[in-house]
Amino acid sequence: MIAEAGLAALWLAAALSLLQLLLGAAAVRPGGEGGLRAVRAVAVAQGVLAGLAFLFLIWLFLRTDLSVQLVAANSHSAKPWLYKFAGAWGNHEGSMLLWVTVLALAGGIVALLERRLPRNTLSATLAAQAAIGLGFYAFLLFASNPFTRLSPVPVEGNGLNPLLQDPGLAFHPPTLYFGYVGISVAFSFAVGALVTRDVGPAFARAMRPWVLGAWIFLTLGITAGSYWAYYELGWGGWWFWDPVENASLMPWLAATALLHSVTVLATRDGLRAWTVMLAVVAFSMSMIGTFLVRSGILTSVHAFAVDPRRGAFILVLLTFYIGGALALYGLRVGTVKEGSRFDLLSREGALVANNLLLSAILGIVFVGTLYPLAVEAVTGDKLSVGPPYFNSAAGPIALALVAIMGMGPLLRWRRDRLASLANRIALPVLLGALILLALSLFAPGMRFLPMLGLTVAIGIGAASVAPLWGRNLRRTPLFTWGMVTAHLGIAVALAGMASESAFTKETLVAARPGQTMNVGPFSVRFDGVEPVAGPNWTAIEARLVARRGEGAEFALRPQARLFSSPPTPTSEAAIRTVRDGQLYVAIGEEDEQGRWQLRLWWKPFVTLIWFGGGLVALGGLLALVGRVRRGRRARPEEEALA
Amino acid sequence: MKPKNQRLVLLLLALVAVGGAVLLAMTAMRDQAAFFYAPADVARKGLPLDRAVRIGGMVKGGSIRRHADGVTIDFLVGDETAETIPVRFTGITPDLFRENSGVVAEGRFQPNGLFLATEILAKHDENYMPPRLGPDGRHKSESLE
Repeated sequence: MIAEAGLAALWLAAALSLLQLLLGAAAVRPGGEGGLRAVRAVAVAQGVLAGLAFLFLIWLFLRTDLSVQLVAANSHSAKPWLYKFAGAWGNHEGSMLLWVTVLALAGGIVALLERRLPRNTLSATLAAQAAIGLGFYAFLLFASNPFTRLSPVPVEGNGLNPLLQDPGLAFHPPTLYFGYVGISVAFSFAVGALVTRDVGPAFARAMRPWVLGAWIFLTLGITAGSYWAYYELGWGGWWFWDPVENASLMPWLAATALLHSVTVLATRDGLRAWTVMLAVVAFSMSMIGTFLVRSGILTSVHAFAVDPRRGAFILVLLTFYIGGALALYGLRVGTVKEGSRFDLLSREGALVANNLLLSAILGIVFVGTLYPLAVEAVTGDKLSVGPPYFNSAAGPIALALVAIMGMGPLLRWRRDRLASLANRIALPVLLGALILLALSLFAPGMRFLPMLGLTVAIGIGAASVAPLWGRNLRRTPLFTWGMVTAHLGIAVALAGMASESAFTKETLVAARPGQTMNVGPFSVRFDGVEPVAGPNWTAIEARLVARRGEGAEFALRPQARLFSSPPTPTSEAAIRTVRDGQLYVAIGEEDEQGRWQLRLWWKPFVTLIWFGGGLVALGGLLALVGRVRRGRRARPEEEALA
Repeated sequence: MKPKNQRLVLLLLALVAVGGAVLLAMTAMRDQAAFFYAPADVARKGLPLDRAVRIGGMVKGGSIRRHADGVTIDFLVGDETAETIPVRFTGITPDLFRENSGVVAEGRFQPNGLFLATEILAKHDENYMPPRLGPDGRHKSESLE
């Protein structure tokens, strides 16, 4: 019954989204006062129904109801409850249901809370939101129904891909989906503003919290995904330029650009057409991200199913939405009035540079990700574009971008003088120069890019806290703190990346029990292996004892696991985090002479990468709270004016 | 600055940024993109000695041979034709690397035809097949349908 109830809720929600689209479109016309009230109610109801459908699916997974095909294919009664729960979205259908649910809930929240936008713009926004939802409901109901029954009922389920049986999975995909969907809300606002020709600061202020929120979730999702790949895949890397990683990076880049241009629009009423364009691009990127990951065009841990019909369906949706958005933009951009002007050397100028460089990086990642697919589709040649391309093409631009990030907040709005800017950045530049000097003296063999990266990171770290210099810290607005924190986070992450790439030490051995290896400042003794068992896996566990110089000994226990359902080997690295980095050990196979392959890494300050990512997200959160609080306070005045 | 001039300058800057990015991307693409070779491709097109490439196919049954150092292995990669590529790799192979199973490796060919792999790409899916070898290319979870 639960499956049928879920399906019914889904159909009802789909019908309501059609109603929302029609009512919303009708309420755009003059005199549609009552129409908007109806649209609001329908949007909330739709959110509730979609949420119910998703709760029903979770319920089915928790009970391991094997009469439902999706549960039988992806779950197993012996799985720990956390992975039964997370398994609900650890598959194609469930994850698409999650997508739609978040979209519907976001639409409901906009309908409930948004009071600042003019009536017709809000109606158009909600109609656009319904139009996006409708496509995904169709996709779910016709091509990926999560509630299909199975007959005969199997005795046991297939189990979940063991790589996905990790606490990280419980929140990594939902975080990214929140991000994608938040961007779709920003896009709906942009469509609404275009339809009613109302692109201005009010629209920017309504859109900004959604862009910020989406951006926070994308930042968290990418950071968490990077750490997950680092410890779960056992290769010791933190970013692989894998197409699915790029699929999440591209919306982030676009959202970052949008976040900055929307600020110009909200505070200075500049960059109107450009901001709307970025909203369209950001949404297109999250659609392409969904397409890449969900269509099965890529073989990886993220592509749950390879079914060409689904790929075609998403491709049609993608073309329809992106094409429609671009067409609307092309039709209406001429009516967007020019915003206020500014000098090149000004805060606005720096933000424009930020936008251009982010767009350039986005273009490079986009080409590198999609070009191989295009080449294969056209000529049949298989081409793979890997880290060397991305690093050498995007790396220099990213460094330039970070340098501008350090200067931007120190510039005044409208116009500034070169001399006063030089005055303000003198100290950070000096600091960077000192680091560069120290590095070239004490680390002579260092490669150029990491050295430059460390230099820029230190200088920018100093520059990013400089806006607080000479201010009354208690009276500094929360969103300024947010900006400083986020920029500092970028500098911290950059320092971690440069340090990891420059100073990592690696040892690869086939070790006999009793043998001692050295890696970086550590000596590691291998004491042999033992079998261990978990709830649904068995493993060979290596016993290692490590110490740093004459310091205290500590144990490291990397495992080679074998999951029972489905039978899959995975490797669990042992990671010891110390103040200045991580010691990382992975175990391989045994050879004929009883030696075990061991791979050891000493990665100085590698943790800064994710710590920096966390800081960036925290900065976003501070800014969001600051903006929403100020918005609350400002609202009564605005309403008095209206 | 006059508004017209400002728009022009911004447009020029945008063009320079985009043009620069395209240029960077093209050079990097020409130097760095790795072509994918199946054993039959090597036989047909000859050895690509000037660049890093990826190869893919099936690890031949009984072909894995370990060196005395315990961390280097040699193996043969074959496909549906009779051609094979000899591969040497130093490191820990991914969890799903085994005989008669799909593999993708990145590295360079030596003049004598040996492929020195710098990386064996872990395919997360136990059912992964190089594109042309997959019997129907379908994922395991679909087999219930």
